[in-house]
Amino acid sequence: MEVCNCIEPQWPADELLMKYQYISDFFIAIAYFSIPLELIYFVKKSAVFPYRWVLVQFGAFIVLCGATHLINLWTFTTHSRTVALVMTTAKVLTAVVSCATALMLVHIIPDLLSVKTRELFLKNKAAELDREMGLIRTQEETGRHVRMLTHEIRSTLDRHTILKTTLVELGRTLALEECALWMPTRTGLELQLSYTLRQQHPVEYTVPIQLPVINQVFGTSRAVKISPNSPVARLRPVSGKYMLGEVVAVRVPLLHLSNFQINDWPELSTKRYALMVLMLPSDSARQWHVHELELVEVVADQVAVALSHAAILEESMRARDLLMEQNVALDLARREAETAIRARNDFLAVMNHEMRTPMHAIIALSSLLQETELTPEQRLMVETILKSSNLLATLMNDVLDLSRLEDGSLQLELGTFNLHNLFREVLNLIKPIAVVKKLPITLNLAPDLPEFVVGDEKRLMQIILNIVGNAVKFSKQGSISVTALVTKSDTRAPDFFVVPTGSHFYLRVKVKDLGAGINPQDIPKLFTKFAQTQSLATRSSGGSGLGLAISKRFVNLMEGNIWIESDGLGKGCTAIFDVKLGISNESKQSCIPKIPANPRHANFSGLKVLVMDENGVSRMVTKGLLVHLGCEVTTVSSSEECLRVVCHEHKVVFMDVCMPGVENYQTALRIHEKFTKRHQRPLLVALTGNTDKSTKEKCMSFGLDGVLLKPVSLDNMRNVLSDLLEHRVLYEAM
Amino acid sequence: MDALVAQLQMQFRDYTISLYQQGFLDDQFTELKKLQDDGSPDFVAEVLSLFFEDCVKLIGNMARALDQTGTVDFSQVGASVHQLKGSSSSVGAKRVKGLCVTFKEYCEAKNYEGCVRCLQQVDIEYKALKTKLQDMFNLEKQIIQAGGRVPQVDIN
Repeated sequence: MEVCNCIEPQWPADELLMKYQYISDFFIAIAYFSIPLELIYFVKKSAVFPYRWVLVQFGAFIVLCGATHLINLWTFTTHSRTVALVMTTAKVLTAVVSCATALMLVHIIPDLLSVKTRELFLKNKAAELDREMGLIRTQEETGRHVRMLTHEIRSTLDRHTILKTTLVELGRTLALEECALWMPTRTGLELQLSYTLRQQHPVEYTVPIQLPVINQVFGTSRAVKISPNSPVARLRPVSGKYMLGEVVAVRVPLLHLSNFQINDWPELSTKRYALMVLMLPSDSARQWHVHELELVEVVADQVAVALSHAAILEESMRARDLLMEQNVALDLARREAETAIRARNDFLAVMNHEMRTPMHAIIALSSLLQETELTPEQRLMVETILKSSNLLATLMNDVLDLSRLEDGSLQLELGTFNLHNLFREVLNLIKPIAVVKKLPITLNLAPDLPEFVVGDEKRLMQIILNIVGNAVKFSKQGSISVTALVTKSDTRAPDFFVVPTGSHFYLRVKVKDLGAGINPQDIPKLFTKFAQTQSLATRSSGGSGLGLAISKRFVNLMEGNIWIESDGLGKGCTAIFDVKLGISNESKQSCIPKIPANPRHANFSGLKVLVMDENGVSRMVTKGLLVHLGCEVTTVSSSEECLRVVCHEHKVVFMDVCMPGVENYQTALRIHEKFTKRHQRPLLVALTGNTDKSTKEKCMSFGLDGVLLKPVSLDNMRNVLSDLLEHRVLYEAM
Repeated sequence: MDALVAQLQMQFRDYTISLYQQGFLDDQFTELKKLQDDGSPDFVAEVLSLFFEDCVKLIGNMARALDQTGTVDFSQVGASVHQLKGSSSSVGAKRVKGLCVTFKEYCEAKNYEGCVRCLQQVDIEYKALKTKLQDMFNLEKQIIQAGGRVPQVDIN
């Protein structure tokens, strides 16, 4: 065998060294081959491994290393060239792969390290979240506890229950050993132990309120940790030497009703507080946590509110009891008053009757006496007797009326009547006196004043008569004006406007006179019974002073108002009153009785009538009409002739008022003057061609009893005459 | 004879109705006719003759008042018109009355031309009415002479 010079000579190495090398190489090879297998095996098992291709590289590197070492086994002995070639190839490959791997690792290792840091970061974060979760849970727990506690506390309005429940629930929630409530005494100088949790019958135990620890607690709205040895916390006899649990105290504001002003909140300085003391179980080493303290504070506030509610309830119960007592007392008083009134009414009724009978006799006999022959002195005496007894009779009537008015037993007698007529009648009644005193009276009726109204005619007339009568009585000179209109506002509620449509309206009557006037200071007294102004002038006019009082009562019954305005003594005065009247549903036409189906052949025969008309033709036509109806007609063509001819035999006078101006109307006035006695005067009817309301009003104001629209048909005239004679008044629908 | 009467009556009826329809007369005339009875058989005729006399008189007054040189006294004219209006409405002379209303307005407005015109119209109208009524009365007379009865004419 030839030895190649390129190869180092093989020395006859130590057999042992050789052997060990051989074996080591063998094992290395095995190890190198098995590592990738293990790697593959474990990687396959694990789910995540991002660097698979690195693994391949690594595996290749290891395999090749193994291969190298394996091939090395053959190089210990002489070997052929093939082996050397294979060895070289293997080594070259190994070199390449290992270099590549080394380069790769430069990139990979930092990545792997960063993974590690991220893992650490996430772990920290998880720990933090865990902690926060814990906190939230505790807060939620606390909230739940508070809600439950509040619910329990507020579910009752009884003071004791509230406080007891608070202590019980707090004790349960916070697992307290003891819980106590100290309430301020009446004097406010001491705190008294009022409620405890565990001790059933707390000893009546007080501490002065000015202790520093108490001031400390009262000074803040938070729960304050206090020493277990402070007087408020030492509730049980200290037995044994165990570690007392931590104690917390909190103030509970007591809100008193008087603390609540309308606009201010209660002043803090005058607040009273109660003290709530909570003790943790001893020997438990438990500490007060923040959330527990918060819970305590919230509960304390809720308790304060609940207590104030309870206080309010107590107050209202007391007030209600008081009211009930008062009610009973009032009821009793009312019944007594009723009995008294009834007794008085009975008395009045009896006395009234008893008094009227002799009164009647006096008046009747005096009147009869007046008719006989008397000497002037005797006549004077009889007249005085008559006047006095009339006065007395009026007084009795007034008193009876008033007493009936006062106790409300008077009721209005409602009926439909003609308002315009009422005024005119009143004026007619007053006119004689006014004429004697030379006081002109004028009547103004508003155009929109309804004609037919529903109300108490008699009493309304009484009111107007009284007022106008007063005006006449107390005026020495001047004039008197009576105005009637529809007022739009209820004087008692000036913002309330009554719309005079529908069924009601307010009638306002103003009576103004320029007479004696009234001192403004006396005005309030006017309507009181029996009060009279002191001046001699008024005294001489007589009267009992009841008139206005009665009028006022009537006006009030009619849901109205009456008052007097005066500018002072000697400046006259105005009396004004409003009353509520109903508007008659009947149309004006129905005031004339319904025209019967077959016209009545009324018996007009011989009825003497007078026709005044300047126009010959229409005079003739009117005469023809009336003659056809059977009347005895006299015709005149002028006012003068009319006044000359008219006599009490004429029952009706038809006068044409077509000519403009008031000449013809004056005739009516003069006829009125001529016939002073109402029943002697003929009825006056105006014939006019005008259809407007002003003509009608003019006629009314001049004292005409009716208005007819020309030309008049036969049927019309017939009906008109019959109505006229029946009712003595006529207003034809226009 | 009966046929003649019937014919005359029909003529009368038609004529009367035509007067109403043409506006010469109105309901007042009907009323007037109602007043004529046995007690006053010529009532209508009397009234109408009085009316026409009145017309003549009043129109004369008005013509004189309007003819005055210088300032015309419209109030006087107005007064006469007023009278005429009253008369015409009393007898049911519809047209005349209507003219009087217009006339009166002119008087109040002191409208000379208007007044003169109205006066002329009134003159014409009342004469026309007079003629018509004359014819109607003649018809009535004929009916009575023929032995018939003057029928009641129902306007509606």
